[in-house]
This record gives sequence, C-alpha cells and structure tokens, in this order.
Amino acid sequence: MADDSDLLLEVNDLKMYFPIQKGLLRRTTGYVKAVDGVSLSIKKGETLGLVGESGCGKTTTGRCIVRVYQPTEGEIVFHDEGEAVNLNLLARQELKAFRRNMQMIFQDPFSSLNPRMTVLELVGEPLLAHGIARGQELEDRVAEMVNAVGLKVEHLPRYPHSFSGGQRQRIGIARALVQRPRLVVCDEPVSALDVSVQSQVVNLLQDLQSELDLTYLFVAHDMSVVRQVSNRIAVMYVGKLVEVAESEELLRNPKHPYSETLLSAVPRPNPHHAMQRLSLEGEPADPANAPPGCVFHPRCRYMEDICQTEVPELTELTPGRHVACHFADQLQLQGIDYSASMES
Amino acid sequence: MAHDSLLEIKNLMTYFHLHEGIVRAVDGVSFEVRRGQTLGIIGESGCGKSVTAHSILRLVPSPPGNIVNGEILLHRGENGNEDGFVDLAQLDPRGADIRAIRGAEISMVFQEPMTSFGPMHTIGNQIIESILLHQEGVDGSEARELAIENLRRVGIPRAEQIVDAYPHQLSGGMRQRAMIAMALSCSPRLLIADEPTTALDVTIQAQILELMTALQEEYGMAVIFITHNLGVIAEVADEVAVMYLGRIVEQAGVNELFDNPQHPYTQGLLNSIPHIDEAKLARLRAIEGVVPDPYDIPSGCAFSDRCPSFMPGKCDSAMPDLAATGPEHRVRCFLYSEAEEIVTEVADG
Ligand SMILES: Nc1ncnc2c1ncn2[C@@H]1O[C@H](COP(=O)(O)OP(=O)(O)OP(=O)(O)O)[C@@H](O)[C@H]1O
Ligand SMILES: Nc1ncnc2c1ncn2[C@@H]1O[C@H](COP(=O)(O)OP(=O)(O)O)[C@@H](O)[C@H]1O
Ligand code: SF4
Ligand code: SF4
Ligand SMILES: [Mg+2]
Ligand SMILES: [Mg+2]
Repeated sequence: MADDSDLLLEVNDLKMYFPIQKGLLRRTTGYVKAVDGVSLSIKKGETLGLVGESGCGKTTTGRCIVRVYQPTEGEIVFHDEGEAVNLNLLARQELKAFRRNMQMIFQDPFSSLNPRMTVLELVGEPLLAHGIARGQELEDRVAEMVNAVGLKVEHLPRYPHSFSGGQRQRIGIARALVQRPRLVVCDEPVSALDVSVQSQVVNLLQDLQSELDLTYLFVAHDMSVVRQVSNRIAVMYVGKLVEVAESEELLRNPKHPYSETLLSAVPRPNPHHAMQRLSLEGEPADPANAPPGCVFHPRCRYMEDICQTEVPELTELTPGRHVACHFADQLQLQGIDYSASMES
Repeated sequence: MAHDSLLEIKNLMTYFHLHEGIVRAVDGVSFEVRRGQTLGIIGESGCGKSVTAHSILRLVPSPPGNIVNGEILLHRGENGNEDGFVDLAQLDPRGADIRAIRGAEISMVFQEPMTSFGPMHTIGNQIIESILLHQEGVDGSEARELAIENLRRVGIPRAEQIVDAYPHQLSGGMRQRAMIAMALSCSPRLLIADEPTTALDVTIQAQILELMTALQEEYGMAVIFITHNLGVIAEVADEVAVMYLGRIVEQAGVNELFDNPQHPYTQGLLNSIPHIDEAKLARLRAIEGVVPDPYDIPSGCAFSDRCPSFMPGKCDSAMPDLAATGPEHRVRCFLYSEAEEIVTEVADG
C-alpha cells in the first residue's frame, strides 16, 4: 500500500547467526540463529513496534539495522531523499559517515553512559566524532538538545551518577538525537524506568518524533506500551516475524496464534476484567536448536501435522497484514475486546 | 475481625543509618494480612516494599539497617482462638526462633531466583535441606520424594530429573517455579512474594500468576504480593496498599482501589499507564517530577512536590494521617481530612 516514496527503511531476509564455539580449539559446533530471515519495511515518520519474548531476537535485529552488528546475511536499504542506499554496498568509511542517520536508544540508562563523562561531553561527543560541530556551535547544539529532552543547561557540567534513571534516559535520548538521525531504534527505552517516569519518557519520545521528523523502530516486550506508540506492530518469535499489521488491527483481530496468546497474557489494570486467558504452555524454543516446521508448533494450540514439517512463510493475508501461519485465513482468534470500553 | 488476622504490622519503622544520612526506608507502616487472603503492595522502586518484606522475616542487613519501632505480630491461634502470637520485631534476627519460622510458617519468593538459590547445589538438595530442617520425622529419601512431588505440583516437567539440576541449567521461568516449590515445601501459612514475575516474560508471568493463584487455593495460605505493576496487582490482590517513600498512602479492597482511587498519587499512577483495553488512544497523563531522593524528602506530605492538588500552607506544613474515608478505604491526604463534612453537605444540598 505504501509506494516507495513513503519508505525510509527496507530490510530483506536479514539473518544474524552467532557461532557457538566449543573446546580448546574453539571449533564452531553450531549457530545461535538469533535473527533468521526477517523482512520488514518502515515508512517515513511512522513507528513500527517490535514485540516478542526475551531472547527472540529483537535487540539483535535493531543492532543489525544500525550496523552495530554486521549481519550474516540480508539487505538493508535506506531511502535517503529519493535515493536508495544499500548499506551492504557502502565502503567502510561511507558506512561510518552514514551511520549518523540511524541511532539507537538503549534499555539500561545506567550502563549505557560513560560515568566519567559530563552531560556536555556525552551529548557533544557524537558531534565531535563525526566532525559535525565543535566549539561554541557544539555547545549551542548540545544546549538546544538538552532543553528539548527536558533537562537544563545547568545539568551540562554534571556526571551521570547524579541523575535519576529517567534523567539518564533523557541524556541517552539527547545523545542519540543530537546528530539529527532519520531513524531511531528505541530498544526497550522505558522498561528499566519507574512507572511514573515511563509515561514522561513515552510522551517525550512522541513529542520529539513530531518535532524532529523521526522514524522509530520501537522494541519492547510490553504490548500496552508498544500499542501506545506504534502505527504498526511486528510480532517476533524465535528469530522470525510471525505477524505484522496496523496496531489496532493486530490488537482487535490477531491472525497468528502467538499474537493471540501474547495479547491474552497482558496483565490488565482492571480487577473486573474477566479472565479468559489462553495459557501458553512451555517456553520459547532455543534459537540454537529451533524445531522444524513452524517454530511455534510445540506451543501452538492449533497445531496440525503440516506445522511440524513445513515452515510457514510470512505472506500478505490482506493489504498491510502479513502472517506466517499455515492456517492464518481459517483460524478465529481472540483479540482485545473493546465492546465494554466503547460503551463508556 | 481480629480472629482471622494472620499477620498484623503496627507502626513499623525500619531505618538505614548511612554516611550520607538516615534512610527511613519504612516509616510507620501498619497493615493486616488475613488468613487465606492476598495483600498486594504496590509502589515505585525505593518506596520500601522489599524492606517491609525483609523486616517481617528479619532479613534486613544490620548494620546498617534496624527496625527502630513497631510490632510485627504473627498470630498462631486457630480460628476464633485469640491467644498465641509472636512479635517478630522482638526476635533475634540470627536466633533459632526466627529461623524456625523462615521457610516454614512464612516463606518468601524473590524477584531473581538466582539470588535465593545457591548456585553450588542442585535444586533438589536445596529443597530437601529445607524439608529436613523444618519437618520432623522425615528421612532423606522421603524428603527427596517430597521435593519431586513439590516440583511436579508447580508444573515442572520431568521433575525426577530436574530435581538433580543446578539452578543455572534452568530458564528464568523454571527457576521461579522451582523457587516457588521450595517456598511451598513446608506448607507456609504466609507466602511473601517480592516481585516474583518482574524478571519474566508476560507469557511466563501469566503462567506463574495462575500457578500461584491455584496453589493459594489449594494450600489456603495468605500471600503478601509485592509488585510495581498495576496490572499484576489487579489480578492477584484482594486488598491493596499503595506505598510512597516508606509510607502507605492509600489502602483499599482491590475493586474499590481501582474504581475509586482517592490519593492523588494513586490516581496519577492509574492515569499514567497505557490501558490496552481502552478503545481510545490518548496521550499518557504523566505524573510530573521524580520520586525524591530518600535524603531529601519534602516537608509535610511526601508527595507535595509532585501533587497536582497541592494546597500551599497546608500540604507542606504537616504530614497527613492515613485516615478512613470509607468502610474499607484509608487515604493519607489532606483533601480527605474533611471528608465526612463534605459528604453531609452534599446530602443536605
Ligand atoms: N553477541 C552474541 N553472541 C551470541 N549469542 C547472542 C549474542 N547476542 C544475542 N545472542 C543470542 O541471540 C538471541 C536473541 O537475542 P536478543 O538480545 O536479540 O534478544 P531480545 O529479543 O532483544 O531479548 P530481550 O527481550 O531479553 O532483550 C538470544 O538467544 C541471545 O542469547
Ligand atoms: N541494605 C541497604 N542499605 C542501605 N539502604 C537500603 C538497603 N536496602 C534498601 N535500602 C534503601 O531503602 C529504601 C527502600 O528500599 P526497598 O525496600 O528495597 O525498595 P523497593 O520498594 O523498591 O523494594 C531505598 O531508599 C533503598 O535505597
Ligand atoms: S503454522 Fe501451525 S503451529 Fe504454526 S502458528 Fe500456525 S497453526 Fe500454529
Ligand atoms: S496532602 Fe496535599 S500534597 Fe499530599 S497528596 Fe494530598 S493534596 Fe497532594
Ligand atoms: Mg533485548
Ligand atoms: Mg524491591
């Protein structure tokens, strides 16, 4: 539905395999297939949410996109002012320069900042490193950014330890955004924060998105937070995307059995909520030893014989909705019921 | 009422004496846990939830921590029988009395099971040790059978093999199940669960919450469930206490608390989180500011520097009491100190 001019990023068949090495000779005995054939696209100005259980490959996907990792396989194409840049084809120096277009915000505001650098140094460093600004201009840009994230100029000479978790996350955000990236991978940016501070940071990220014209890949495991910020949601399971859809569509009307269970597991802050939880037995498969066929089959309540042998491909079921399940068009799955909320 | 009370905490104060000053981690907390019921304690990090739990079991590291005031009464009399209680606050934290209670009458499940299971011993040996310590007349092989039985009860597959596994060989969810199996091995009357699902995925969290609810029904034990997740508390608690900076600011039955939150902090928390089942997507209404540093608590009401209803001259001059605003509802806020008068006025008009 999006024509190419809307696209900012395309990821095609991305794979990231980490070798498992054993013994003195460190022979490779197998691979952790952390990301195993992910394809997705992100439109300019939108937020794509990426959800899934711990270890399913969300962070690795994000790191491959911003090129912290060199992926094992796959193509990443960035659409820059009408020009398609294939990151695989860039020379090392070109890639280094290009990377400022893509920044990452991390989960842990405590370990992601160098404790021996002041706020000015932390936020100014990327500008210096990329030769974007220095001297007074650098200070001005840092001050402007620091204000934009809700900190004060008085904070500039201070070190990270004197800030709260939420403030440190703001420093991390300023550091990522000061380079004026086009795409920001937010990796669980609020998970480590206090409840009352999470909403401040979510609001800040949304404000900055419209002010600075940003595009987000928003990685999180909390479906409520992801829904709050995302236009579309991609659901990941053991290295693969199993469903991609418009947020509200995915919530109301999930088409993959794993999306259905994820939604029903979300704890609702409402004691009157009548539980009709679909319990999900067992645990996610090991990405070093994924089961054959559909990776979800050992836990799937709708599993049939074919699921144990044939890998379901991620295919477009209806416009804008991609599902990887042999029975996607037949299953009647349960989403979030909004009928009670509509009345009030 | 007193007869179905299992644990009564009265004006508990647990302080840490540090170089930087005194941290009043728990500062005048009172509550009651009834037999077979779940009391949920909710609050943001550092508000004193864990220190409250550790105070009950006398696990607060001393120095620097001390229970400086209060009673922690564990009632032992059977239904209707008033007598028989012990004040845990008076026990020697290293003495035989509290050790006999820990893991037997009261046991605890922690957020990170790796810290409570020693890494050097198999899951089974640790459960067996606890059984042998607390249950008389049980020999080694019987204890092993009991341990396997307990692991099976918490839904661990191949329990007869897992019993010989080391903690690091299990996934987070499995370790938490094993931790619960150990906590329940001596049929406690009170289980304290401190953020038992915070480190887990939502799907595994759902499994553990269901397991805990089922086991509570089966064993009839009381639970103190500590969490910062309003969704989790709504699901598990019968009664909820909201803590802020070492004090309870609101306490009510779970339906009452969510239907009629009264303290500005509780209201703020409920407004600030995204509600997945609300059809309309609105901007989150954040609480302003941050939880103050424990050495720098505002004078008067501790929430006064963040409160949208702040009343100058009143809220910053004294600490409001935790006062009843209804039959099962208590709130620590000056907005409600004239609650009864307001109610009459409305009735007259
Ligand atoms: N550098 C690495 N070397 C080897 N294996 C790795 C490495 N990084 C990640 N993995 C493995 O790849 C898989 C995916 O990891 P990843 O960190 O992407 O998960 P995630 O979805 O972000 O999980 P979480 O929700 O816990 O952050 C896991 O099995 C992980 O153990
Ligand atoms: N061992 C300790 N030494 C010093 N201070 C402590 C210790 N344990 C807890 N505190 C302080 O007590 C307060 C309450 O902590 P805690 O009960 O752990 O909070 P939470 O509600 O997150 O469980 C915090 O300010 C914390 O820093
Ligand atoms: S392909 Fe089969 S096992 Fe996989 S999700 Fe669909 S029904 Fe379940
Ligand atoms: S006492 Fe005052 S400052 Fe404190 S919560 Fe009530 S209205 Fe707000
Ligand atoms: Mg991650
Ligand atoms: Mg705690």
